[in-house]
Amino acid sequence: MSFARIQWPQRIVSGDVVKLRLLVQHPMETGFMQDLNGKIIPRNVLRLLTCTLGQQEVFRVEPSSGISANPLFEFHVRASETAEVVVQWVDDRNTRGELRQTMAVLPRL
Amino acid sequence: MSIAGSRRNWLQRWSRLALTWVVAQGGHGWAQQVSSGQLLSFSEMVEPITQGAGLQRKNVSLSAPILADNGTLVPLSVQVHSPMTEQDHVTHLYLLSQRNPVTLMAVFHLGPWSGIAHIGTRVRLAGTQEVVALARLSNGGFWYDQMEIIVTESACVDAS
Amino acid sequence: MKTWLLGTCLALILPSSLAQRPTPAERHLPYSVMRSGLDFSSTDVQALQADQFANPAQHWLTLGNALWQRGSVANGKSCQSCHGDLATGMRGVATRYPEIDRTSGRLLNLEDRIQNCTTKHQQAKPLAPESEALLGLTLSLAQASKGMPLRVAIEGAALAHWQAGANLFTQRQGQLNLSCANCHDQRYGQRLFSDVISQGQPNGYPVYRLEWQTLGSLERRLRSCFSGIRAEVPPWGAPEMRQLTLYLMWRAEGLALEVPAVRK
Repeated sequence: MSFARIQWPQRIVSGDVVKLRLLVQHPMETGFMQDLNGKIIPRNVLRLLTCTLGQQEVFRVEPSSGISANPLFEFHVRASETAEVVVQWVDDRNTRGELRQTMAVLPRL
Repeated sequence: MSIAGSRRNWLQRWSRLALTWVVAQGGHGWAQQVSSGQLLSFSEMVEPITQGAGLQRKNVSLSAPILADNGTLVPLSVQVHSPMTEQDHVTHLYLLSQRNPVTLMAVFHLGPWSGIAHIGTRVRLAGTQEVVALARLSNGGFWYDQMEIIVTESACVDAS
Repeated sequence: MKTWLLGTCLALILPSSLAQRPTPAERHLPYSVMRSGLDFSSTDVQALQADQFANPAQHWLTLGNALWQRGSVANGKSCQSCHGDLATGMRGVATRYPEIDRTSGRLLNLEDRIQNCTTKHQQAKPLAPESEALLGLTLSLAQASKGMPLRVAIEGAALAHWQAGANLFTQRQGQLNLSCANCHDQRYGQRLFSDVISQGQPNGYPVYRLEWQTLGSLERRLRSCFSGIRAEVPPWGAPEMRQLTLYLMWRAEGLALEVPAVRK
């Protein structure tokens, strides 16, 4: 099971551009490393990660083995109204993960 | 032995040596289908993506430590100075490595919904090399920035 | 005359042999120069450790906290059912290990103690060394003592273990013929190639080590020290590792426990 956590500023007003930070637990095995018995550990990296805000996809990344283990992704999004953030990812073994959290957005006066 | 025979022997011996040397250079990499350690040229890095389209070094800021003391986790961020409107925005951001076994480290998909084109992540770098941040624009053009990152090796190599 | 001669010889020989090995009264590193490994780390590593959100070891904390509350399959008991909340019930525990187990008389490190509890009281299978579960629980326990100064007891039965650990720390070994003290007492702050040698302090364990790209225990780190000087690596669970840990924790007395620590 993959843990993930996401963070954004506490106070968001509609129209703000906010920075999201996402940390996903994943070894991101490169496929070039050997275990202590000399056997190659097969490649297994997150190959696709998407983030939707409400109905709109607002972020997509296709990492490779060049991204560190337990990857961190930081990106920005323009907030308009309170909506659910859904992050989904899949790795080379087709294991999927998901994280859901509601982003509260204050109306702009 | 005749002169021609001894020359042939000499040629055979040296060509065998040369062949062994050539194989030894690329043999290990070939066996693992890995090309790390070979430094790519700038065009080798970007051409597969730009495919000849206009490329300018401007409006992109790649931030990373000049010296990383471990190649497994190097924090970097890229900011592109683009209005990020429907008409004018960054569509993709590519992180390219000069000597990693896999050149394309990540592709980020952005759009007007992003507000600003600013991403951050942590990369693996297989040794000191140039890193290129390449931005594809909605008008089909490309901007980029590059920097050299020195990666030091641990002094105590322990198979831990 | 002969007795006087014998007495003088003994008086000359004995103190010098004792002086070769540290005694509880002597410290090679005075308290005033003690520094955490964080001080010797690069700004990037320091920033990683300080980043509450993006510290790569955070996931293990989440796991450990969840496991603390999970009832065992065999008898439904969770760590929580006996020990209560981590923050209140386990405060200070991680600063006191390794310690002598009152029942068996063995020297146990924190991981051993966790294993003891999970097998005896939860009737669960032992957790594998360096497994996600064991690391998570150890980290959560360490978190309960975050910022507290290390303080192990070396009196009574522990003294012999402390001495064994002290001997090991000052003994040259391996193909490189180095003792821990050669680098970490005598040459900290100097460079080995591009690395700055630290004091080898144990106040940040379990640690997210960039080299491992994952969280690992102090025992794993000590094993890699042995491997680094090309000495034979003791097996997992070796008593000498616990003895060395006891010595290291005594030597680190007063340093604050850093959780979750990141090192390169």
